[in-house]
Amino acid sequence: MALLETRNLRKSFGENAVCRGIDLRIETGQMVCLIGASGSGKSTLLRCLNLLEPIDDGVILLDGDDISVPGLDPQPVRQRIGMVFQSFNLFPHMSAVENVMLAPRRVHNRSREELTGEVTALFQRFGLGDRMEHYPEQLSGGQQQRVAIVRALAMKPQIMLFDEITSALDPELVGEVLDVLRQLRGEGMTMVLATHEMGFARELADKVCFLDGGVILEEGPPEQLFSTPREDRTRAFLSRVL
Amino acid sequence: MVAGGSTLAVLIALFILIPLAPGWPAVKKSFFNGAVFAKTFPGLLDAFLLDVAIFAWSAPLIFFLGLLIALARDAHSPALYPVRLFGIVFTDVFRGVPVILVIYLVGFGVPGLGLPRPWNSPYIWGTVALVLTYSAYVAEVFRTGIESVHQSQRSAAASLGLSNADTMRYVVLPQAVRRVVPANMNLFIALQKDVALLSFIGPVEIFRQAGVYKSLMANFTPYVGAALIFLAITIPATRYADHLMARERRAKS
Repeated sequence: MALLETRNLRKSFGENAVCRGIDLRIETGQMVCLIGASGSGKSTLLRCLNLLEPIDDGVILLDGDDISVPGLDPQPVRQRIGMVFQSFNLFPHMSAVENVMLAPRRVHNRSREELTGEVTALFQRFGLGDRMEHYPEQLSGGQQQRVAIVRALAMKPQIMLFDEITSALDPELVGEVLDVLRQLRGEGMTMVLATHEMGFARELADKVCFLDGGVILEEGPPEQLFSTPREDRTRAFLSRVL
Repeated sequence: MVAGGSTLAVLIALFILIPLAPGWPAVKKSFFNGAVFAKTFPGLLDAFLLDVAIFAWSAPLIFFLGLLIALARDAHSPALYPVRLFGIVFTDVFRGVPVILVIYLVGFGVPGLGLPRPWNSPYIWGTVALVLTYSAYVAEVFRTGIESVHQSQRSAAASLGLSNADTMRYVVLPQAVRRVVPANMNLFIALQKDVALLSFIGPVEIFRQAGVYKSLMANFTPYVGAALIFLAITIPATRYADHLMARERRAKS
């Protein structure tokens, strides 16, 4: 059974149909990369997966449970799905460590004292041990994005969604964030990435999905999809970005 | 240098020209009478303490009621529509009626119900009138602040599994309240002045006290004294609010 699965997921914003029937399967421990032009529906799909956007039709199954039934409380679902955004979205009025502790404190009712050990360990694991008391504005973009990843991980999610998390970074800072993903990959975290980093997708993904016009036009292992794409549109896209 | 020169020229012109006006000696005698000023100023200061007290107990009430109304207007779930509607009606009504009318209606109207002491006190109902009016303005300021916090902050909080209430309390409000400190300061400066309107329903605060002195001495100088006392408070406060706003603008750019 897939850890996260969508069947015929549809989502429109007014007249604009962004997802037109998406079937996606993510197995436990897999890293799945979503590629495609801007506006192809990658970000919307990710936002639908953790219920930030209500879907119009279709189902989303998390560990076999239908999480797309209308009226379902989204909070427990979101606690199981971590998400990191392109623009970091750290809370600017809190230090890095407060950013990370907020959700465990409020949602899991755990005290700061209780959390200190594991949160410190998380910061150290991603090379941020000396940045815990800094405020977001005192951190570089790469550091902010790593704190955002730590913040999502502190909730111990079963799966992590990454929405073009290196797109807003200066080129020299991309590497440190990709290294974090590489590290998570090595630890067996299940991950879905919307990304423009083709080299990275090719190197590490188990599966790459090419989105075009609101559907997954083609999917497969990276070596196949990048070297011998079946669809003309995939080929055209790849020749533009590679 | 140029600014100083032109300011000086204007001041000299004023000092020379105004006393040339035909009514000046009479105005000087009835508005700028040194002896009356010296005699009444301590009493005015004393009465001003009442203004300060009314301000001091009204301001926190206004802050919290304003915040509550702003939160009511932010309630988006359909089940909470009545709450939202209440917020909208409240701000529309109390921003739409002159303060003095609210003070009259509440200050004379409610005690007219024949309430026993101390519930017929003009202090209570005057305060209520000020709180109702000013919390409508403060609520609008808070609402602007809440809306200025980018949607992505709410998305981030929601993606962590935080409830709507926690998102508001820990993520949105702290940022919103900070952003609107200067705008709220301006409202509270206006409140400090409008406290004087309560004199119309009874309390002998500075404006009323000045009126008493005026009648006793047949001289308007006490009003000038009262104005100076207000300025001594409001000018520094206004400068401080401007300073905060300038800092906010710098932080944004």
